[in-house]
Amino acid sequence: MIVDSYRFLPRSFRPMYEGRGPFPGEEAPVWAPFEKRLAAARIALLTSAGLFVRSTQPSFDLEREQNNPEWGDPSWRSIPANADAAEIGVAHLHINDEDIKADPEIALPARLLDHLVAEGMVGSATAEHLSVMGYQDRSLDGWRQETLPELVAKLRDQQADGLILAPA
Amino acid sequence: MPVLARWIETAGIPTVVVTMMPAVAEERRAPRIVGVEFPFGHAFGMPGDKTMQRRVLEVALQVLAGSTAFGTRVDVDIEWPVPLRDAYKAWQPKEASPIVRKLLASQRPTS
Repeated sequence: MIVDSYRFLPRSFRPMYEGRGPFPGEEAPVWAPFEKRLAAARIALLTSAGLFVRSTQPSFDLEREQNNPEWGDPSWRSIPANADAAEIGVAHLHINDEDIKADPEIALPARLLDHLVAEGMVGSATAEHLSVMGYQDRSLDGWRQETLPELVAKLRDQQADGLILAPA
Repeated sequence: MPVLARWIETAGIPTVVVTMMPAVAEERRAPRIVGVEFPFGHAFGMPGDKTMQRRVLEVALQVLAGSTAFGTRVDVDIEWPVPLRDAYKAWQPKEASPIVRKLLASQRPTS
């Protein structure tokens, strides 16, 4: 079974994605081998659904995007693996966020990953997972220059052996 | 998102992208890809459906840990259990996003 990548996309949006090829300078293969057994590895999660912890973190900057539709907030948030679902906020103007608010696991399955750790399938999960807000294609500079080095430092600090990324 | 995966992979951390648009992730040259035919905002499946979420996460873990070559793509064979017309409407924001509003305004006849 081959997934239809455009099944849920409005037809008028399709040319924005299909046949565009790689970003300039991003053509070459990149590869980091996964060397450990999964049962001995530490896994981290990253979502681009704009999740944040409501009690301790600011939302992503949606007001600026409202005023400047070409811009998307390039910052990131650390989401504790044991964060209470009721504490998770969602900042993303391009999707209906009701289902993620009802069950944040559909964007960031931290509890499910912990469950697989308890079963022994996965060695461990990082204590913190990562959240960004998608909608950066118009300018990748913010992600590249500021967010990326911080994300990599956080992943190294937590000794992540692999990362599962999921867009909204 | 595929380009973020590429950058993190370049820093030495293996990555897999779980995405509704695996063809785009291939074009953008993500190293490992798991495709799901789910509405946007639902990368790991239906809210509350632990069985579906687990199937997707397990495939992601297998592709992350067990792929041998750049560009590996595995699609998850799960049909979205909501009729297409309803699901297509349901994932979209209640208010059009700022960029869509701007595009619609620019297409509106002025006379």
